[in-house]
Amino acid sequence: MSDGTAAKSPSRLDDVVRGIWRENPVLVTTLGLCPTLAVTNTVANCIAMGLATLFVLVCANFLVSAAARFIPNEVRISGYVLIIATFVTVADMSIEALAPAVHKDLGAFIALIVVNCIILGRQEAFAAKHPPLRATLDAIGAGLGFVLVLLMMGAVREVLGNGTFLGRSVLGPRWEPWVVLMLPPGGFLTLGTFLIAIRWAKVRKAARAKAEAERAAPSRNVPSAAAGSAG
Amino acid sequence: MAPVPPVAPDVPAWKLLAVLGGGGTVAGLILVLASQATQPRIQAHKAEVLKASVAEVLGAPARWETLYLVGDAVTTQPPEGKDPSKLERVWAGWREDGSRIGFAIVAAEPGFADDVKLIFGFDPGKEVVLGFKVLENKETPGLGDAIEKKRSFGEQFVGKRVPVAGIKKGGSRGRPESEIETITGATVSSATVVRIVNNASARWTPLLRAWREEAAR
Repeated sequence: MSDGTAAKSPSRLDDVVRGIWRENPVLVTTLGLCPTLAVTNTVANCIAMGLATLFVLVCANFLVSAAARFIPNEVRISGYVLIIATFVTVADMSIEALAPAVHKDLGAFIALIVVNCIILGRQEAFAAKHPPLRATLDAIGAGLGFVLVLLMMGAVREVLGNGTFLGRSVLGPRWEPWVVLMLPPGGFLTLGTFLIAIRWAKVRKAARAKAEAERAAPSRNVPSAAAGSAG
Repeated sequence: MAPVPPVAPDVPAWKLLAVLGGGGTVAGLILVLASQATQPRIQAHKAEVLKASVAEVLGAPARWETLYLVGDAVTTQPPEGKDPSKLERVWAGWREDGSRIGFAIVAAEPGFADDVKLIFGFDPGKEVVLGFKVLENKETPGLGDAIEKKRSFGEQFVGKRVPVAGIKKGGSRGRPESEIETITGATVSSATVVRIVNNASARWTPLLRAWREEAAR
């Protein structure tokens, strides 16, 4: 808890916000693409997949952070995978007991949360080196970031691909569904479009910042250069 | 990958084993508890789904019984020492007055994408399909999955004599008692369903007829 005093509330909040947008696990670091492409054809699947991943991520981050100093370096990855696999199996059984229809739709993808790079990545990059509270906040941020992207994907694919949202018709009977969006290629098309939009926004932002810096630069540089030459 | 904090050069092997072994034991215990907590609900739900499916394809029987295939014979009693859930099963249903309605048969075969699994009610005496329901399919959404979503497709099977034949719309070959109109844009999926019903009914007819004789004796 050495940074407990140094880290004020903005940093705590930052642990959460960072994962949701600035370092979004899917859109920025492009991890966890397998479930993002495979199970996002309906909003209901996205909610179940997102919450299951969030649950596993929060539990694993907390436990890895708390147990990190007892796990020898040589077996740390095995240790993380053991912890993650346990929570994934618990989540798998719980979903099968509570929401069998969703479990049937998601199939093997719940069990495959074990190998989701977002989770192992957060253990290695953050949880193992930070105290449990910050590790938990980090997990909540990254998990919510993942849920957000899944919901965006699911909403686009289900509404345009099937004319429904959460199974309820929203576009009316005259809408001809874009079936391709419900099929596997639809995942690639939707995610690709999102990534293009994000890159475009970033490039624009950078260009604008550069232009502003250039506009500001001459007025600031001239006197300093004059001062330099005078010196 | 971020640099790993330095550790003592030699961690003794027993310590590595102890950490992973201890962690594994704790994980195992947690999983046993989770399994015990969730299994009753999971099993109850599976039984519920099966009961609903059998009731649907046999037209709400007053009572029904599970039959097991042992060797070449159908019996109500699974042999001692064998796990009944590993045997092939069919379900017989009876009306209120004790007369038998028929049997519910589960069968699966590869479709356009992965296996299509369905349950259908069958009368082996008259060789007639009594009811039809798709249990599992991963056919193309919007096209092939109509075998499950389009109710009118499944309802066609009710009362048809096996072997049934899939025909295109308006392409009747004069055997209306056995013809099923296939779904436009789902030729392979429709043909799969027809094939499953024909193969399974052909396979079970002699087995189930033999059982009826045995029961009558």
